[in-house]
Amino acid sequence: MEKDDMMLDQLANREYEYGFVTAIDMDISETGLNEDTVRFISAKKNEPQWLLDWRMKGFHAFEKQDMPHWQNFKMPEIDFQAISYYAAPKQQAKYASLDEVDPELLRTFEKLGIPMSEQKQLAGVAVDVVFDSVSVSTTYKAHLNEMGIIFCSISEAVQKHPELIQKYLGSVVPHTDNVFASLNTAVFSDGSFVYIPKGVRCPMELSTYFRINAENTGQFERTLIIADEDSYVSYLEGCTAPMRDENQLHAAVVELIAMKGAEIKYSTVQNWYPGDKDGKGGIFNFVTKRGACRGERAKISWTQVETGSAITWKYPSILLQGDYSSGEFYSVAVTNNKQIADTGTKIYHIGANTKSRIISKGISAGEGQNSYRGLVQMGSRAANSRNFTQCDSLLIGDQCGAHTFPYIESKNNTATVEHEATTSKIGEDQVFYLNQRGIDAEQAIALIVNGYAKDVLNQLPMEFAVEAQKLLSLTLEGSVG
Amino acid sequence: MLSIKNLHANIEGKEILKGINLEVKAGEVHAIMGPNGSGKSSLASVLAGRENYEVTEGEVWLDGKNLLDMKPEERAREGVFLAFQYPVEIPGVSNINFLRTALSEIRIHRNLPPLSAKEFLKMTKEKQELVEFEAKLANRSLNQGFSGGEKKRNEVFQLAMLEPKLSILDETDSGLDIDALRIVSSGINKLRSADNAFVLITHYQRLLEYIVPDFVHVLYNGQIVRSGTKELALELEEKGYDWLKEEFHSNESINNK
Repeated sequence: MEKDDMMLDQLANREYEYGFVTAIDMDISETGLNEDTVRFISAKKNEPQWLLDWRMKGFHAFEKQDMPHWQNFKMPEIDFQAISYYAAPKQQAKYASLDEVDPELLRTFEKLGIPMSEQKQLAGVAVDVVFDSVSVSTTYKAHLNEMGIIFCSISEAVQKHPELIQKYLGSVVPHTDNVFASLNTAVFSDGSFVYIPKGVRCPMELSTYFRINAENTGQFERTLIIADEDSYVSYLEGCTAPMRDENQLHAAVVELIAMKGAEIKYSTVQNWYPGDKDGKGGIFNFVTKRGACRGERAKISWTQVETGSAITWKYPSILLQGDYSSGEFYSVAVTNNKQIADTGTKIYHIGANTKSRIISKGISAGEGQNSYRGLVQMGSRAANSRNFTQCDSLLIGDQCGAHTFPYIESKNNTATVEHEATTSKIGEDQVFYLNQRGIDAEQAIALIVNGYAKDVLNQLPMEFAVEAQKLLSLTLEGSVG
Repeated sequence: MLSIKNLHANIEGKEILKGINLEVKAGEVHAIMGPNGSGKSSLASVLAGRENYEVTEGEVWLDGKNLLDMKPEERAREGVFLAFQYPVEIPGVSNINFLRTALSEIRIHRNLPPLSAKEFLKMTKEKQELVEFEAKLANRSLNQGFSGGEKKRNEVFQLAMLEPKLSILDETDSGLDIDALRIVSSGINKLRSADNAFVLITHYQRLLEYIVPDFVHVLYNGQIVRSGTKELALELEEKGYDWLKEEFHSNESINNK
């Protein structure tokens, strides 16, 4: 009830509210991509040789690969030479305290609704902010340190915890995985790093906020989360970008590693600029996210609310390696106007008695195209493993599209895979019914859509659930004729 | 309270209402009866503002305000409530949450302060008891998986919560067994007051044994062809609608000569 009230209170503001640009001195590399670009970034970050070597391997893999062709939309031409691969606010990249941060930057974060001063923190959310290419601040660090939890930018982790980085970076998403993952390997600029020690339950939500500000830049962040045996962490990420007429590329990689008995809950509210009503501008969101349940009883859960971006191409996946490990994927993807989403998950049941659950809710409005693409694979050792998939599509209006591409492969006849799918339309009758009770059409759509997405939104931590409900309504603004 | 003057309306180019006149005062209960296809439900839809109906002529006033100028939600906020013949299901939207949203819109419109969560829950509980609506249904998703009777009873519960001036009940009795009919009727009787009015649209006289109307109107072929008191309903029950049809058509043929 509270959530809905908050959402409805905030419905008044209907434009993309994060479309502003921060006027701040930036250190931006020349556009273009070659070995020197990779060396430049690595040098900027004062990286060890092994990391530069790995970046180079990624770059060479990138050069050899073609763009993917199997998705349900025409891949746009991306001129990789026209992108700048490094942009950072000009003051020093690392700040010892918030007082040193450019005040203009702090005002930006205020506008974005990110509480940066620690006393104003929402109880229990520690935030790492990545502004263009660098991580600006990580709050609550000291408190987490006491418990042995490491939560910092990946650049810092490279300097301070090289053994963990060297061991795990690229261990779930190899540098050859796909063209965007290879590109990310070559040029990733920053991102977040989390390590939860054995038996520790992280007492607060960890959160990263990504912001693309500079023009003609791409954002290539890299996130690595390691939950050691019997530990627990819940991690949130949010994203916004200014409104610009040209497209900008976002190609992130996220790797999760859950050891025996550990649990990682990863939530995303993606609100990159979607482009205007005619499909001009917007972020190309090509992201590789994958988690590995390495040990017995490990658990990984992805929850995503995808409302932004001109194109979303994203399949958060889970490798269920340990016996009795389990994976969950909860997704709400909304496309309005000319937005395209091709998203879903891949779940590999490798160990025995593994379990997975997929709940996907697509919402298409305007001329939006929404595809669910999912793979459930039962390996030969995956005895008694189970998957349940539910895949629903909701259509608003008659210009939009919903598509479902479920793939199932089973090499073990004791494994079960269940798939349910529905497609429905928001009915005039439903809207009229709510109208007749004093609720206007915009609010009626918001109620219906939030009801439809409830199973997924319920998976989000409270602060994010409110944000997500609000976003769903905003994204669908103007979609009722 | 409600004043309908020479109301004509089309659906998909076909004239359904052909000059309805009706005056409803506060405190009154009117029953509108008539055979299938006579325009009873269309009248309810036009009053509520359903988009696919086009009003071609006439006026509708609610306490001096022009109802036809208002959007459906504005009519609702002004105090028009339609108990639907076929209430829709809205998955995932809790009944209570929906009612809270609706009530808060209506209260804003009436310049009333918002209810606190506590006040709202107290009101919910009272109204549930008044109309004998189970708490477990109130907490479920809106009408999802409800039986026909439960949906109808939910309409009456909503009516109790939203406290409209004018309630239009579109065949609320259809599909109810005798127990449900008794519960629904007794709920409505408890909600009657000197300040509100009810228009009961029904096919059968049965409902009117439980809710006694002040006036009964017979709708046929898009017009009110006869008005009377509750005795008219008994007469209809006894003779059926055919004698009215015959009367209507013979009049029509006289008029056309």
